[in-house]
Amino acid sequence: MAKASGEREVAPGQVVNAKVDVAMFHDLTGPRVIESFEEIGVESVWDPSKIVVVFDHDVPPSTIKAAELQKKVRRFAREQGIKSFYDIGRGGVCHVVMLEKGHVKPGELIVGADSHTVTYGALGAFATGIGATDMAAVLATGSIWLRVPEALKFDVRGELREFVSAKDLILHIIGVIGCDGATYKAMVFSGKAVENMGIDGRATMCNMSIEAGAKAGIVEPDEKTIEYVRGRAGSNFTPIKSDENAVFHKTFEIDASSLEPQVAIPPSVDNVKPVSEIGDVEIDQAFIGTCTNGRFDDLRAAAEVLKGKRVRDGVRFVIIPGSQEVYQKALREGLIDVFVAAGAIVGAPGCGPCIGISRGVLADGEVCVSAANRNFIGRMGSPKAKIYLASPATVAASAITGKITDPREVLKA
Amino acid sequence: MKIKGKAVVYGDNIDTDIIIPGRYLVLQDPKELAKHAMEGIDPSFPEKAKERVILVAGKNFGCGSSREEAPVALKHANVKCVIAESFARIFYRNAINVGLPILEAETGNKVEEGDELIVDAVNGVIENYTKGVRIEAKPLPPLALEIINAGGLVPYTRRKLGLE
Repeated sequence: MAKASGEREVAPGQVVNAKVDVAMFHDLTGPRVIESFEEIGVESVWDPSKIVVVFDHDVPPSTIKAAELQKKVRRFAREQGIKSFYDIGRGGVCHVVMLEKGHVKPGELIVGADSHTVTYGALGAFATGIGATDMAAVLATGSIWLRVPEALKFDVRGELREFVSAKDLILHIIGVIGCDGATYKAMVFSGKAVENMGIDGRATMCNMSIEAGAKAGIVEPDEKTIEYVRGRAGSNFTPIKSDENAVFHKTFEIDASSLEPQVAIPPSVDNVKPVSEIGDVEIDQAFIGTCTNGRFDDLRAAAEVLKGKRVRDGVRFVIIPGSQEVYQKALREGLIDVFVAAGAIVGAPGCGPCIGISRGVLADGEVCVSAANRNFIGRMGSPKAKIYLASPATVAASAITGKITDPREVLKA
Repeated sequence: MKIKGKAVVYGDNIDTDIIIPGRYLVLQDPKELAKHAMEGIDPSFPEKAKERVILVAGKNFGCGSSREEAPVALKHANVKCVIAESFARIFYRNAINVGLPILEAETGNKVEEGDELIVDAVNGVIENYTKGVRIEAKPLPPLALEIINAGGLVPYTRRKLGLE
């Protein structure tokens, strides 16, 4: 934040006017961004090469109204000369696309008109979600006022056991600190379990930092980060690491090796228990996808559990790859074949039912086990439906048995 | 800035899917959005909000999505101010940006549904007329006040850019 605001150093609590490196918005927040931008009344955006637009929330559009709004956003992108525009069939979920298409580099300040923008901390960027009018002001000026946050450190020792994933770890952490445990603060993830994680797992961790209220979730860039970014965004970046004498507001020590698969019980993300303690929960739907768990490693974990097995009768298993790239890789590696053979339905890359608009919304009284990020009332459709959050492996295991199940039990059987 | 209204009280962690469910986000007209405000937990809210409302809640109000439609829906549903023990940060910014006054205060059992409140957002004082009690609130930060006084972030930015 010091770098973005041109200061030598900044301190928590300080309000700075920061220069934005990249700004992102999508089909759902876009119309209001554009409306506010037009109300501000400047002709052109500050720098079209620093703006990314991705269509993902309702793709392909499910209503005439959505199609009209997308038309408006598409026209804006063209008129403003925004080259990084990922239309339907060209990208996927914005927070998956941003990483894989090289729009995120370590040490950058990125804002997105979407709360899950915090995902980009997986590559060592400081990235945060903002509202539509805030984004309109960024488009007009290239800068934003931000309060420098305090940081919470999560030192995750030991190694995660087989079929216990980044998702289980972040659910556990949110259960410990609560759904407002990091409000206005940054969450910094470190330790052996995080170092061992691939970029996909780190993205899951940072993605869900917002579910504890965080302004940013960050993993310090290492060799893996640099290799990932070089292959996609070139080598023009300066990784920023914690100062050696860094002061954290609080440090949490977590033992990864004792962790079992975790489940967040509705209707709050911090109501987290180990899967062995939730009792019999029968499900109507299982869902894997989204900016949280729609990446390749997530689909691979699900396929390992599902291979050679069948989705239980009476259960709908909806799987949505996070992007065209993930979709193609899953096709090449035979994962899609595993899913279809098991009786799951594979959808087009996008946010799917997570936003409660289309493609797998729930009826009154239905129960869904989901690898997404929110189990709020009405999030996936009916306010009378229930959403349990879990890892892709746990979701796949549950689709097989018809009730929420530890993936290791299915693999033993 | 003195704000008057009748208290409507909710608990902790009122998320943006409760304030305005995702399926209504295609509704661009604020008045249409307002019809569905708080639908997730209180379908009777629009009825309650026929009179000027001051919404009073617990911790972490507005957690979840970045949707600006949440404060917009409340504002157009006749909510004049939101008082909560704490706010989720994106909601906090959004409310200020669209010109909906919000205040952090621990109201505890000092406010009940239907109480008549007068809020002084500048000095951070809430008067409960019905109960005859005074509650201290955290005053709005100067920048937030500046934005609200300008009428929201759009006119504030226009002024900054010398467009008015």
